[in-house]
Amino acid sequence: MSLPGWKQLPIGAVILTPGSSVEYKTGEWRTLRPEIDQEKCIRCRTCWMYCPEGAIQEVEEPYKTKTGREFKLTYKVDYDYCKGCGICANECPVKAITMVEEVI
Amino acid sequence: MRVVGEVRALNGDEAVAYAVRQCNVDVISAYPITPQTIIVERLSEYVANGEIHTEYVNVESEHSALSTCIGAAAAGARAFTATSSQGLALMWELLYVASGLRLPIVMAVVNRALSAPINIHCDHSDSIGTRDSGWIQFYVENSQEAYDTVIQAFKIAEHPDVQLPVMINLDGFYLSHTLENVRVLPDDVVSGFVGFRKPVKVWVPYLGREVPAVLDGYTPISLGIIALSDYYYEFKMMVIKAMEKAREVIKEVNKEFSELSGRAYGDGFLTHYGVDDAEAVLIVMGSAAGTVRYVARELRRKGLRVGVIRLRTFRPFPYEELTKLLKDVKAVGVMDRATSPGAYGAPLFNEVRTALYDCECRPVIVNYVYGIGGRDLSPHTVKELYSDLLEIAKGKKPSSIVRYVGVRS
Repeated sequence: MSLPGWKQLPIGAVILTPGSSVEYKTGEWRTLRPEIDQEKCIRCRTCWMYCPEGAIQEVEEPYKTKTGREFKLTYKVDYDYCKGCGICANECPVKAITMVEEVI
Repeated sequence: MRVVGEVRALNGDEAVAYAVRQCNVDVISAYPITPQTIIVERLSEYVANGEIHTEYVNVESEHSALSTCIGAAAAGARAFTATSSQGLALMWELLYVASGLRLPIVMAVVNRALSAPINIHCDHSDSIGTRDSGWIQFYVENSQEAYDTVIQAFKIAEHPDVQLPVMINLDGFYLSHTLENVRVLPDDVVSGFVGFRKPVKVWVPYLGREVPAVLDGYTPISLGIIALSDYYYEFKMMVIKAMEKAREVIKEVNKEFSELSGRAYGDGFLTHYGVDDAEAVLIVMGSAAGTVRYVARELRRKGLRVGVIRLRTFRPFPYEELTKLLKDVKAVGVMDRATSPGAYGAPLFNEVRTALYDCECRPVIVNYVYGIGGRDLSPHTVKELYSDLLEIAKGKKPSSIVRYVGVRS
């Protein structure tokens, strides 16, 4: 992606488009990536509450485990904004989240 | 059109306040500090008397004073503040905010030494310390120039190509508290010359049109954003380029103002005396230039080829103009009213030496630090400096490159 040069940027670093911070993908900062094991996850919402970035998404997507347990919800990580702090993995009561090294 | 104007007895601070009164300033926010206090006193009197319709904001510190000016300027107002020494030090972080946000604030700095030990008298260490903050810096020689430069400053700062804050430095007590004859222009003439602030416009995609780059509530934009390693450098580059553009604007405004008032300050950057055929030249900033010129005139009357250059702008630094002027000079003495412990010489010396490094006939350049904490510079001392320089011009090796003049050992 090519970024604008100083001749193209607006004076005084003003932001001219509302809601533009959404375009700033802070996920690039991550070195460790949380991965949720849907088999182990008990849908307790703890990770969703603790995530400082709001990067855990609660999706209405049914899931059936191999042991036959059925859930109406699935928790997913928004990798565009997850900075990989690992709080979710630390807080998960069933250790369903593991931090995996990012490889480019 | 040439306007003569009336003569008034004003000290430097009063001259600054008088000019601000005439410049259609929307917001003034300042905190009193010796020797700047008279500026604040006069301005608050003007507001209290209803002589100007300016919002005067009382604050609890200089940090808040400049913050208020930044807020006001970001909302599109013409803002002014003034300070000295510790006050400028307290403003430090906001100096960079003002230039980074490209807000054309004008500030008078009445130069005073920094603590400790506490001192209220003149040296340039307060403003020289802020040289890298992205502010245009003028150093004036007398009250008349203080008055004239304030008027010019608004025009320079608000020029669409510049949009940078301007600092007008005047020597504490030497100028701030000394009555001089100052020729002032009529109110309507100054008002017409500076006009009202017209903020620059930016194209806003979501509105599909150009709007003023200010916080007005009707056409929302964000100011004071975060820019990390991917954008910060570009915005700093814009400040650097704006400072380069300011060179042309300073020249233009100086010329425009001289057509109006009959008073020009060289080309806007520096004034000089006797340099054309000089062997030895002293470079100086601020009120001491008067003393140095007086001595130079005396010595020239005796047939000695000496000259003096008085720098008016330190930022942008007029290196091209200096190089041109000094190309046939053998010995140059740079007079610094500030120190930089641990550096090879003081800041002005560093700048001058760097500028002349590329000059073909490199003159010998020595540094004379003087006047620290208000230590007096007498004509007798200046005479000694000239005789030292003349000997160097004749081929004598300087005893030391950096000399601290007038300090007791």
